[in-house]
Amino acid sequence: MSEKANGAAKPLSLYVPEPEFRPGDKPNFSNVPIPKAGEAERPPIDVSADDIRKLAYTIIRVMNRDGEAVGPWAGELSEEQVKEGLEDMMRVRAFDARMLMAQRQGKTSFYMQCLGEEAIACAFRKALKPGDMNFPTYRQQGLLLSTDYPMVDMMNQIYSNAADPLNGRQLPIMYSSKEHGFFTISGNLATQFIQGVGWAMASAIKGDTKVAASWIGDGSTAESDFHSALVFASTYRAPVVLNIVNNQWAISTYQGIARGRAATFASRGLGFGIPSLRVDGNDYLAVYAVSKWAIDRARAGYGPTLIEHVTYRAGAHSTSDDPSAYRPKEESDAWPLGDPVERLKNYLIKRGAWSEAQHVQAREMLEAEVAEAQKQAEKNGTLHDGPHSSPREMFEDVFAETPLHLRRQRQEAGV
Amino acid sequence: MARMTMIQAIRNGMDVAMGRDDNVVVFGEDVGFFGGVFRCTEGLQKKYGKHRCFDSPINESGIIGSAIGMAAYGLRPCVEIQFADYMYPGYDQITQEAARIRYRSNNDFTVPMVVRMPTGGGIFGGQTHSQSPEALFAHVAGIKTVIPSNPYEAKGLLIAAIEDDDPVMFLEPKRLYNGPFDGHHERPVTPWSKHEWGEVPEDHFTVPLGKAAIRREGEEVTVLAYGTMVYVAEAAAEETGVDAEIIDLRTILPLDLETIEASVKKTGRCVIVHEATKTCGFGAELMAVVMEGCFYHLEAPVIRVTGYDTPYPHAHEWEYFPGPARVGAALKKVMEAA
Repeated sequence: MSEKANGAAKPLSLYVPEPEFRPGDKPNFSNVPIPKAGEAERPPIDVSADDIRKLAYTIIRVMNRDGEAVGPWAGELSEEQVKEGLEDMMRVRAFDARMLMAQRQGKTSFYMQCLGEEAIACAFRKALKPGDMNFPTYRQQGLLLSTDYPMVDMMNQIYSNAADPLNGRQLPIMYSSKEHGFFTISGNLATQFIQGVGWAMASAIKGDTKVAASWIGDGSTAESDFHSALVFASTYRAPVVLNIVNNQWAISTYQGIARGRAATFASRGLGFGIPSLRVDGNDYLAVYAVSKWAIDRARAGYGPTLIEHVTYRAGAHSTSDDPSAYRPKEESDAWPLGDPVERLKNYLIKRGAWSEAQHVQAREMLEAEVAEAQKQAEKNGTLHDGPHSSPREMFEDVFAETPLHLRRQRQEAGV
Repeated sequence: MARMTMIQAIRNGMDVAMGRDDNVVVFGEDVGFFGGVFRCTEGLQKKYGKHRCFDSPINESGIIGSAIGMAAYGLRPCVEIQFADYMYPGYDQITQEAARIRYRSNNDFTVPMVVRMPTGGGIFGGQTHSQSPEALFAHVAGIKTVIPSNPYEAKGLLIAAIEDDDPVMFLEPKRLYNGPFDGHHERPVTPWSKHEWGEVPEDHFTVPLGKAAIRREGEEVTVLAYGTMVYVAEAAAEETGVDAEIIDLRTILPLDLETIEASVKKTGRCVIVHEATKTCGFGAELMAVVMEGCFYHLEAPVIRVTGYDTPYPHAHEWEYFPGPARVGAALKKVMEAA
């Protein structure tokens, strides 16, 4: 065959996408389209995915630059509820700051904060009812910190101490509380996304009224379990809300590596006929309104909804990485959606329902609450200094009943 | 009592479990309307409704992942993977999720789930319909692995597995579905209707997990086997005249250490038989168990008879399959040693 007939004389080359800005670059997000608050339509909950395709490509926003709530998604919460929401986010931030410091002080092995993403879990939790179940990933501590789950127990878990509700068996922050609608965090990625769909299917099989919520990050949408979840949720119209938290970064890998050529993560749901919405994840009021809409849909029997929460991971991935090695330090400040706590604070101040002084007072109160909890937790020990649960616990609960081979191993270990 | 094939007994086991407990649900590929490619779930959808028995997408991690969520809710899913060879996409969900959820959550959540899958060769299934992956499950802490060898026990073990509070891998030797098979592929097939273990009570009963059964008492050598290999070992003992004690493990995890140790201490010799590949196969673990527990009672080196360390071949099925001639040779060899 001649070169001409072959028609492929030019060598191929592999395209590997790169983020726009790396350390040393000056980040500028003026090309990221940020729709005006209040512009997006608010459809009825029995809408079909096809009729709201636009909502998978825009960003639903409620709070405008002047701190006003505008448009059809506004007005869902009372002033008191909004204040609770602000307090929830501030509690999460204070908790994160303390625990990050505790890790730096060598009191535990590992920590993950959710700095800048507080609105998502806190507002979503507010839209759920008791008995509903979350299948979270590792940055949804707000789901627990917005309930009455004792903060001391979370810290006991982080310290793997003698009072750790998980008996020292799990990495810090991998909480579990069935009672508080919080499925045991795996530490593997995406596995929980399909499990949440199964839980929701069970609720429907039993004729129950409870709904499930699955959580995943932008990076792990690339896992095949993301696809599994969408296929099952769509096929069986499972009463589940599928949440993607798009915080732009998967450790050091920017979201373009997972997203490929798709316009948005939310748009992935459209191929499955799942109504898919993109929301400003730093806008507490918008997250609440969209979450409530999706949860109402699930509970009314209209099936799954996919929500992409657009946000920015303001901190490191975990205590094990330094983001300045892979992205500009200024990127977080340059990110156009602002800080969720500041934005909700400004909204309340604008309404005359809050003041700078009250804000400072609330922050100090929450910091004191967290410090007190930490003091209590440390009485039960820390990872390196102990005390821990008995090493005997290592051999328990592998099965409901401990089989002979494990009993022998425990004997050998002398515990 | 009724005469049942292993397929009918397994179906009857699910039927009984579903009838007793509304929380038992059954699903998998082709499992609903059609009743499964091996017909194990035939009639269950009609009897219990589409919400209790249904077809799933071709997605094993989805089948097992959703079953884990259902189990966490409080159901007792009994799902089918069409062939054990297809379970690998769900292996992450089995080994890192189902196996550890009780442990990692300190009993906050549990996974009472059964994953049924046809296993083993002997039906000209080639590389992707003949595998025996049991060692891949037994290696993982937190899951039980059961391999029945006859209709009566398949039903009793399956009901026990469904009622168990932990995840159970239930591997059904597909060559045994319609009759006991001793490896003599050149002979006509014996149906279960002509075998004592084809007699199965129609109502509820269980066979306990974690307990082996002695199929043939003997004094000279202990044979450790499970699934199809139990019948191959029986034929080999018969043909060689070696007085073998044949133990059907039935559950490989938890393993019935006491029955194994007592037998090997009695006979002083041991042959281990399985169809799966040799290296790191479950036979390696069995040999280690015998060495750790019975070394000073041994009269001869322990021998393994297994599938070869190759993919399961198509045309050479019977050269690969550890049939009665190979097992018989091992029995004679282990008897030759002083």
